[in-house]
Amino acid sequence: MASAKEMKQVLFGPIFANNPIALQILGVCSALAVTGSLENTFVMCLAVTFVLALSNFSISLIRNHIPSSVRIIVQMTIIASLVIVVDQLLKAFAYDIAQELSVFVGLIITNCIVMGRAEAFAMKEPPFKSLLDGVGNALGYSVVLLTVAFFRELFGSGSLFGIQILPLVTEGGWYTPVGLLVLPPSAFFIIGGFIWVLRTFRTEQVEAKE
Amino acid sequence: MSNKNETLGKTFTVIIALCLVCSIVVSGAAVGLKDRQEANAALAMQRNVLQTAGIDTRGQDIPTIYSQRVREFRLNLETNELTSAGEDDLAEAADVENQGEVKRRLGGSEDIAGVRDLEQRTMFYIAYEEDGETVKAYILPVRGAGLWGMMYALLALEPDAQTIAGLNFYEHAETPGLGGEITNPRWVNNFIGKQAVDEDGNILIRVTKGANPENNEVDALAGATITSNGVDNTFQFWLSETAYGPFLRTLREGEL
Repeated sequence: MASAKEMKQVLFGPIFANNPIALQILGVCSALAVTGSLENTFVMCLAVTFVLALSNFSISLIRNHIPSSVRIIVQMTIIASLVIVVDQLLKAFAYDIAQELSVFVGLIITNCIVMGRAEAFAMKEPPFKSLLDGVGNALGYSVVLLTVAFFRELFGSGSLFGIQILPLVTEGGWYTPVGLLVLPPSAFFIIGGFIWVLRTFRTEQVEAKE
Repeated sequence: MSNKNETLGKTFTVIIALCLVCSIVVSGAAVGLKDRQEANAALAMQRNVLQTAGIDTRGQDIPTIYSQRVREFRLNLETNELTSAGEDDLAEAADVENQGEVKRRLGGSEDIAGVRDLEQRTMFYIAYEEDGETVKAYILPVRGAGLWGMMYALLALEPDAQTIAGLNFYEHAETPGLGGEITNPRWVNNFIGKQAVDEDGNILIRVTKGANPENNEVDALAGATITSNGVDNTFQFWLSETAYGPFLRTLREGEL
């Protein structure tokens, strides 16, 4: 059994030190698609956490029995099953959000973070540690997504979690929303800004000049 | 990873065992949550119908108010016959169960809204005033292709079967902030009070750029030309003779 310190590193490391989006540049696709509103983003993060933690755990559980010739298929099957379960749960318990997110929840299957962690971590490490790694990476993913969604919703729609903060011109207020932020490509700029700020404080993440 | 994992037998055993476990988990979730999901979908539809009819649902139990104020019918688009959804002939319901809905593939020039298959029987709702007798609105399900996919809406007409009383896009995949504005009440309210068709069934309502509101025109959404055209096409198709046109005429003649 690994030490508590190592476990802590596995769990919290991916938030800033080894962030899957900011450093590994994985899973950017959904960071663009679902970050238009904080509420959707929050549910998406929960869904990814669920899938990532459980897929890491179950793949690690059977890692010694997976023939390497079919390991990707095995990983995909487990991930896809978990994603379907999440989608069904959302439809049952958060119907309105499921209506909006359904397409993107399905796309968690192809989220590079999930596949990446399964292949890079869960295939080698014991189940509990893999579970922590899954939760940790999901937290790292969530931090970036929620940051992006915060800026996009506040300045794109003038609201946070659907509650109007800046009264819009179209509703009789003074704030003219930034149309660009409503569109998915704007997330690129915000992620870029996030990485910039992160690397200003953690200079070790800056790549050496080639 | 040991070599004994790489044999053909082991590969098949692992794959088959995995598939079994996964399929049990997936079907377990699907079956176990089915009732809840269907209840959610039905409740959402009831709320949509009430909203489209302009009935205030705030703070009220939706199923209760729905059962008081709305009646569901099935409309046969070929014969224009109306059957009460509750009194639906069991044999007919079983037919639908067995063969699926009878649909007609639309020809290219006919299919202006990208509907593809026109079902023979569609839902039709009548909303009543609080007395439960006077008709408040007729509600027709319509749909048309937008930019990213099919846009589903409910269209409410006043008892004259000409004036638009409400429009509600309850399912669509248009771009948020652009085409997605079809759900914005400020835009949708532009339709209310406009004439959908005249007495002879000619379609009056249009969605165009630089619209003249006096002329039953609604201004297209900025930055969403294809979505706006889709909404326009939806009206042009569903109010036409191919779809609800003949039935709306019988409504106007008071032969319900």
